[in-house]
Amino acid sequence: MRFQPTEDQLALRAGVRGLLERRFGRDALRAAVDSGGLDRRLWRELGEAGFFALRLPEAEGGVGLGLPEAVLAFEEAGRALLPGPLVATHLAAGTVPGAATGETVVTAVHGGLVTWLDGADVVRGDAAGAVPLRSVDPLTPLHRAAVAGAPDPLFMLLTAAEQLGTAGRAGELAVRYARTREQFGRPIGAFQAVQRLCAESLVRVEVARAAVYAAAVTADPVDMAAARLLADEAAVRGARDCLQVHGGMGFTWEADVHLCLKRAWVRAQCGGSVTESEELLAGDLLGEPA
Amino acid sequence: MDLAHTPEEDEFRARLREWLAKALPSLPPKPSPDDWPGRRAYDLGWQRMLYDAGYADVHWDASPTTRLIFLEETEKAGAPYVGANFVGLLHAGPTIAAEGTAGQRARWLPPILRGDEVWCQGFSEPDAGSDLASLRTRARKDGDHYVVSGSKIWTSHAEVADWCELLVRTDGDAPRHRGITWLAMPMDAPGVTVRPLRTLAGSTEFAEVFLDEVRVPVANRVGEENDGWRVTMVTLSFERGTAFVGEVVACRRVLGEVAREARANGRWDDPAVRRRLGRLNAEFRALWRLTQWNVSEAEASGGMPGVGGSVFKLRYSRARQELYDAAAEVLGAASLDLDRRWVLDRLSSLSYTIAAGTSEIQRNIVAERILGLPKGR
Repeated sequence: MRFQPTEDQLALRAGVRGLLERRFGRDALRAAVDSGGLDRRLWRELGEAGFFALRLPEAEGGVGLGLPEAVLAFEEAGRALLPGPLVATHLAAGTVPGAATGETVVTAVHGGLVTWLDGADVVRGDAAGAVPLRSVDPLTPLHRAAVAGAPDPLFMLLTAAEQLGTAGRAGELAVRYARTREQFGRPIGAFQAVQRLCAESLVRVEVARAAVYAAAVTADPVDMAAARLLADEAAVRGARDCLQVHGGMGFTWEADVHLCLKRAWVRAQCGGSVTESEELLAGDLLGEPA
Repeated sequence: MDLAHTPEEDEFRARLREWLAKALPSLPPKPSPDDWPGRRAYDLGWQRMLYDAGYADVHWDASPTTRLIFLEETEKAGAPYVGANFVGLLHAGPTIAAEGTAGQRARWLPPILRGDEVWCQGFSEPDAGSDLASLRTRARKDGDHYVVSGSKIWTSHAEVADWCELLVRTDGDAPRHRGITWLAMPMDAPGVTVRPLRTLAGSTEFAEVFLDEVRVPVANRVGEENDGWRVTMVTLSFERGTAFVGEVVACRRVLGEVAREARANGRWDDPAVRRRLGRLNAEFRALWRLTQWNVSEAEASGGMPGVGGSVFKLRYSRARQELYDAAAEVLGAASLDLDRRWVLDRLSSLSYTIAAGTSEIQRNIVAERILGLPKGR
């Protein structure tokens, strides 16, 4: 058993992280918040790098990798807070022309919501009569759809991977701030109450990571539901605790914390019904489908 | 990144499973929880069976993955846990193996593996629990002996132990981590008094141990004088790394039983109960995956579990309490009946966020040693 990333997987993750740091670093993130649009050039670059075609067989022009690699790549996208219907486009590669190369932006109906409806070229699922919302997340335009959309375990898992990445970023932001911000003559990270917030944040990330990676290896729907619940918790709680560590600064638009929290909230809704995940896991205890 | 086993590991699992199916029916009936001589005999009898079958040293010499398979299979088969042999097998034994002389290894390790001798742990003191380095039990040298006076507390299995892994202060002037020495003390030495402590669960899990001018041979010192803190850290990382593996498997089994109880008594019809149990399923699945992750990491880096054990212990100790709280909700009024199953487990689960370093201390460890935050106050 080698439940650790291989050299190739580490290299892939480093490659995606490097690309996103160059093309969507902190300044680009804040610029995107101001402009609000989808960066089509970046989308095509992601396509050229194989982000969308990652799991497509090489014979069909894809990279021919598996779910574990996809999860590592989506974790990086989540860390970067990269906007756009990334999971839907990835899942459309091979069936919707141009999705694999990043020429076509594909969105989908999930959890009664559609992200980036106006920015996308193709919508999967029934978005007829979808009504725009004033989205809480400045980087995720939302429409409310009349139907919930079919639950898709793969969509759930890759969304969980994004949550994992955002949870990691929130935890690191909190630790960095706690090390440098001084109050009462010492860094606030020396106070046990602040240490506790940071430590719990890391524990949630590590537990979620084990669950998300394992679900990518087994591709088991019950594992995916578990991964999703833990990754949602890690991202939402992690962002809230990060905000708390930042104190008053955390409540400002200037700090990045709110972007982590709002995206985590959006993904928690779009990942599919939480109740369904919990019922699936409950039914599994009796050895019966829910 | 995979969860696949090698052919050798699969073969080990199959052989173990076959042996367990034959061996377990021959076990004597389980003694009652407060029958300590009976529990000692039962636990050591099990260790002897493992020894004769060639499984005794699986905690020491097998690869971490093999150890994981061993704990998984024995727990699934309902085999006894290490019990009274816990300190010997998982604390003192590994410490002596790593830090002892050839003579010390030859004297103490075989009886632990054969199930002949029981060890207890003389670390905690009334005024030094999680703050272990503030311990005050003193030892002064007198010829080829140390003369030890003081007291220890929370000493599991003290009543039936043959040996105690004892931490004593040998230099009162040195910085507090530097003046500590690790001794193997015979429990039948003159001056050793054991007083059982009754826990809130009503059991006599552990004891206080009073030491009055107890003479311990200098030859029983493991490691150098005043170097006991470093010697001890070898033991504690072992404890946090692998001690809970079998228990995670057990918790997953209990959770399934709680769900079936809920279906039998009608509580399952309440969606809030189902959702709570579903969340716990996610929790224990993830804890099992985290175990596999930590074991794989230890295997890749050469075997010793690291500080990541604190992450696991923090989450596991809380989850275990939540599991038995959920069981209580399913039982309803019956959760107040000490004769019903899971009620005593619920009470003993309260110790998990305290024993082996409280959750508060574990959070400090995570914050300072993993996250690199400044030393706390």
